[in-house]
Amino acid sequence: MMILSNILLPLLFAIVTAMLRKQITALKWSALIFAVALVVLNGIIIDKVSQFDYLVVQVGNWEFPHGITLAVDRLSAVMLFISSTIVLFVIIYSWHTMTTEYFKNYYLTFVFALLMGVNGAFTTSDLFNLYVWYEVMIMSSFVLITLGNTKEQLTGAVKYVTMNILSSLFFLAGIGLLYAKTGTLNMADLAQKLTLSQDAALINSTAILFFIGFGIKSAIFPLFFWLPASYHTPPLPITALFSGLLTKVGVYSLLRFLSIIYIHDKLFWQVFLLTIAGLTMVIGVLTAASQYEIRRILSFHIVSQIGYMILGLALFTPLGIAAAIYYMLHNIVAKTNAFLVAGLIEHQTGTFHLKKLGNLFKTRPWLALFFAIPALGLAGFPPFSGFIGKLSVIQASIESQQYIIMTVAVIVSFFTLFSMIKIWMEGFWKENQETDESILGKPKLHFSSVLPVAFMGIITIAMGLMAQPLFEFLLKASNQLLDMDGYYNALKSPL
Amino acid sequence: MELILAILIGVLFAAGTYLLLRRSIVKLVMGIVLISYATNLILFNASGLVQNGLAFLNKDGSYDKMTDPLPQALILTAIVIGFGLTAFLLALKYKFFKITGTDDLDQLKETDAS
Repeated sequence: MMILSNILLPLLFAIVTAMLRKQITALKWSALIFAVALVVLNGIIIDKVSQFDYLVVQVGNWEFPHGITLAVDRLSAVMLFISSTIVLFVIIYSWHTMTTEYFKNYYLTFVFALLMGVNGAFTTSDLFNLYVWYEVMIMSSFVLITLGNTKEQLTGAVKYVTMNILSSLFFLAGIGLLYAKTGTLNMADLAQKLTLSQDAALINSTAILFFIGFGIKSAIFPLFFWLPASYHTPPLPITALFSGLLTKVGVYSLLRFLSIIYIHDKLFWQVFLLTIAGLTMVIGVLTAASQYEIRRILSFHIVSQIGYMILGLALFTPLGIAAAIYYMLHNIVAKTNAFLVAGLIEHQTGTFHLKKLGNLFKTRPWLALFFAIPALGLAGFPPFSGFIGKLSVIQASIESQQYIIMTVAVIVSFFTLFSMIKIWMEGFWKENQETDESILGKPKLHFSSVLPVAFMGIITIAMGLMAQPLFEFLLKASNQLLDMDGYYNALKSPL
Repeated sequence: MELILAILIGVLFAAGTYLLLRRSIVKLVMGIVLISYATNLILFNASGLVQNGLAFLNKDGSYDKMTDPLPQALILTAIVIGFGLTAFLLALKYKFFKITGTDDLDQLKETDAS
């Protein structure tokens, strides 16, 4: 019941916010209450999941494995929680930063529709159903990215839309071939059938189609070009929302799907994924280093950070996958936070360009503090969350004796630090006489735009300081993800 | 029959890819449409084609000649979704043309440069 309401409530909220669009104040407050309700609901789901391991709903009471099965395990639960939290923060941040035009043009409606797609993708264990949730998600994101109708947005949107449609077509073709080969679409049933089958490695040719589909979504190395070309075009709350949710759904699907396929041809997948992970990390961070626009630096960083998650998956040990999940959570919070701080910088100075920025440390020391927390978190300094993330990824690669990729991961984190320092030096420390601040004066900053930034900063620190209980939970989650028999039995005969 | 369909799928994919690589946005849209048709046909071909087969059982649960109904259900969903996506793409193309006055994909470089 709770799982279904996780999908149905955002739908209801989308409809209600669409009806309220003329009364802006009522609209904002109701959206805030809705988002809080979802966070509470997902908190309860995490609690339930740590008691019962799996929450399962057979939609329409079809017998397993014929119908659509919705199942929440620890990994899904924690992803659901973090995504609804991000939506809450983004809604608070949008309060005064988004213009009334956006609220009138169904901005919040599509935020909730996007959340519905994301929740569905995290919940379902049926591959075709996953495709449908992907479509719900990308359709809402298409609307959000084009909502302002500026020339820049439309240019970015053409690339974004094309690549995302192609990715779901690859995914769909994969579903067709997979069904032809195995006769099932349920992931638990698929895992069971592959374990019993003799030539399970033959599934690889199909799995690559899935890999390309999910790979475009999660922006891994040769497929990421749409991301930095489009993410900086919409208004900042939308960029922050996308950076927190969309690519991570791709990574989540890779984790879920490849955990079924991986064991049947371990040699191939390990080498393949390690190569992809290394290249994603290096290319992402090097291209970020050459940029001078804050949002574009951060966009390229998303790509680089995805590499760490793929690395955790490639190792395919319980520790590796737990590290990947931790890294994903850390990245969702810290990256969204960094984007929101970039928005504050733009609000104060009127520009995202590092060359035009300067003196911020002197004139606005609190802004420097806000930026320092996610920046140090992303670069991986203790006690912030990024440190634990990087440490566990590196520890997992030492444990699996993958020393080359470990070296790459360490070097890449230095480069990450380099580009964070670059934003710091150029934006905060540089003496710049030519900043046109005199024109702008000092724009008044609303409490609503500072609150989410401060909260996410606290989360970043808390995730680093209280890493142990969280990491223990994630270790359980990764063991659960690897335990295919348990997954099958839980879905077949739910409690 | 499957072979003919498989060749058709290949041709559609090739034609779609060719159109995607052209410079005009209309052709880009057409390319995506062709590729989505090809993908739908893959789904259709997935369970093998049975001539004169019904997609349901007799009353007593037996069947003489049966086609798998699931791919047909999937393809129906995929067609509807594809229709929605195409409608959005065409609207986007229209808006893009109205604001920039160009149909040339080479004019889209500016969001790539720093």
